[in-house]
Amino acid sequence: MTLSDLLTSNSRALEQYPLDDAFDEMFNRSGEPRPEYRELLKAFLAMPAEELDARKRSADLSFLTEGITFTVYGREEGTERIFPYDLLPRIVTHQEWEIISKGLEQRIMALNLFLRDIYHEGKILNDGVVPREIVYTCRHFRREMRGLQVPRNIYIAVTGSDLLRLSTGEFVVLEDNLRVPSGVSYMLTNRRAMKRTLPQLFRKYRVRPIDHYAQMLLSTLRSLAPESRPEPTIVLLTPGSYNSAYFEHTYLARQMGIELVEGRDLLVHDNFVYMRTTAGLRRVDVIYRRVDDDFSDPLAFRPDSILGVAGLLNAYRSGNVTIANAFGTGVADDKAIYAYVPRIIRYYLGEEPLLNNVETFLLSDDLQREHVLANLASMVVKPVGESGGYGMLIGPHSTPEQRTRFRDAINANPRNFIAQPTLTFSRAPCLMGDRIEPRHVDLRPYILYGDQIHIAPGGLTRVALQKGSLVVNSSQGGGSKDTWVLEE
Amino acid sequence: MGTRRIAMLSRVADSMYWIGRYLERAENTLRIVDVNMNLMLEGSHTRSETRWRRVLQAFSNPAGMEETDGDTTIESLIFDMGNRASAAACVALARESARQVRDELSSEQWQKLNSLYHQLCEMHLSGRPAMVSDAMQTILDGVHLFQGVTDTTMTHGEGWQFIRAGRYMERAMQTATLLELYYREFFSNRDLFADASQYVEWVGLLRCCTAFESYCTVYTADLTPERILEFLLLHRRFPHSLWYSVNSIVEALAGIEQGSHRASADELARRAGRLRASLSFAQIGEIIEQDAAAYLRQVLDQCRMIQELIYRLYISYSIDTALAM
Repeated sequence: MTLSDLLTSNSRALEQYPLDDAFDEMFNRSGEPRPEYRELLKAFLAMPAEELDARKRSADLSFLTEGITFTVYGREEGTERIFPYDLLPRIVTHQEWEIISKGLEQRIMALNLFLRDIYHEGKILNDGVVPREIVYTCRHFRREMRGLQVPRNIYIAVTGSDLLRLSTGEFVVLEDNLRVPSGVSYMLTNRRAMKRTLPQLFRKYRVRPIDHYAQMLLSTLRSLAPESRPEPTIVLLTPGSYNSAYFEHTYLARQMGIELVEGRDLLVHDNFVYMRTTAGLRRVDVIYRRVDDDFSDPLAFRPDSILGVAGLLNAYRSGNVTIANAFGTGVADDKAIYAYVPRIIRYYLGEEPLLNNVETFLLSDDLQREHVLANLASMVVKPVGESGGYGMLIGPHSTPEQRTRFRDAINANPRNFIAQPTLTFSRAPCLMGDRIEPRHVDLRPYILYGDQIHIAPGGLTRVALQKGSLVVNSSQGGGSKDTWVLEE
Repeated sequence: MGTRRIAMLSRVADSMYWIGRYLERAENTLRIVDVNMNLMLEGSHTRSETRWRRVLQAFSNPAGMEETDGDTTIESLIFDMGNRASAAACVALARESARQVRDELSSEQWQKLNSLYHQLCEMHLSGRPAMVSDAMQTILDGVHLFQGVTDTTMTHGEGWQFIRAGRYMERAMQTATLLELYYREFFSNRDLFADASQYVEWVGLLRCCTAFESYCTVYTADLTPERILEFLLLHRRFPHSLWYSVNSIVEALAGIEQGSHRASADELARRAGRLRASLSFAQIGEIIEQDAAAYLRQVLDQCRMIQELIYRLYISYSIDTALAM
């Protein structure tokens, strides 16, 4: 049967599929399926409802038994949930991926140079391209990093940037996550589930592999080891089993074959880091840390933290251990700095940005603030230092009380917020029962930066599973789907 | 970066040890409560109050449990998650330890322990089950399943040895505590032994150690305190005897030492070996003549010392001693 036959004989499956302003990943403006989605649509329309259901259930079950869960904060301690998973993959063409990967490479390189600069000479500040004040008032700026020579001058070994697709079809960067981005284990397990659940379909497409991510991560970390250590001991530092991403930590440690350690497993003596093993102390050379700066070293940062290692910063400063990502990288993903990223790229690389930013208003600027406050109902307001979708105001979905609360908070501390126009970002087809319905999606590719830059083709596509919702964060009820980048 | 692992993290070893101890404790608790529940039905002369007081003593009088009413005791010793001494709490603690070292366990181990934990949560929420014995059997089966998959699916490396060390340490201490308790209460009154109710109590002791059937195959059903003591203390092939438990601890420690290449394990090996030797060459007549209760208390002290040394050597050692190596 051809696709058009299937579309007419199975019109029910798509009857809840409205097309409007937002870019649709599967259909073009005139309602024709895009070429890269034709096989996929055909396969799903041809599949009997029972079979579809059985495949969906088998995928769910594999997540459940493998314990691929995350923890939700703000509820009962340790509430474990399965990360909701959608069976329809998101497809990215070769040409689209070229732009994305080149753009990310450019962006990460510039942000890394920016970090190196502000912690050393501060040229960009002297030249007035980025206001000094905005850097030094950032909560994530770490004085302790001033003048510290980090291996290979790499600050951000692991990044997960959030991209959106605007109604024009253009990909833009919404956020750079330069501290401890998570979610990569879902990217990997989604792919595994997909291969197992729909092997025939997977074979029909030529999908670029991502399975070597753990290996790439390991070699990135190894390339950043202190110079005197040719056979470095690498560990993954987790905050512990109550952390929302604990599953990911165990998963990555196992995939890389490295030790998963907690702060209490490590100690610093004479500025060397050791882990406590049954065979005595063993020196640690590289720490892939999944603990925020604040909690990493009670002597240097928050003294009440029990998750970190006392003396870690000093060991780091002595060059005896590599910490990835470096401390103080959060200054470059501050949402106020974000507005300057295009300028940062031009400044260091002398190139035009390949990926654009979302238009961003700085609320510390009087004119911009006035504009935002006058149009609060159509804006998205975000606190600059938060991630995970916490503490946001989504104008079109907000109540007058919420807007008043944000207006007061903004006036009290304008540096603490930025605003962006509400975007109509793209929607991708999702399986809802036996129908296919569109839902908003974003894309988080993972970028590794060691001796060279590696980007895993695709990344994590997050889905706002609730109809009409714009929030894709897992902590706020989002789900995910596999992302297929096609070979040339 | 050819071979991955030279040794195990101390924290992981600690968790493994306590998975072993807590599950063994859960099992013992279940069995002791079950046996005493049955004895109550036998119409023995021991008053219910005395009986439950003795049971609590066997668990070293857990805090907040001065209750001597049978039903309440059963409930809080078995199903009450809030009571740290209960079998349910032991399973929960073992599961929590397992959760933190999940990547070091086989998935079968994790699944068995996790589903046992969820069963217990349900029991805890739905209150006292109608069929207490059935519920207890379900828990016991869960514990046995975990032990089974531990031996059949986990690499018999350092982690497994730590679980084993924990399991037998708990068993040795439990057996010694029970023997000391019974010895003090009944043995000093040897004349009473002919009494049928005393007979019931000694059978009870054997059953608490799953030893009744094995005892009978060795000595027939002819119960004498000397033989019971001898069997539970010194028998070499019965897995709940003190000798067997101590021997297993010695073996587990040897396995750990081999894996971890610690030079200074001598003191620990010496202590554990000496305890085994003292049991190996002991004669039951001698022990009874000299004061069996004191002997048992000394065994308990030795066990505590061995645990202390395990911790000092492998887990909470000071940095200075570790650097000196």
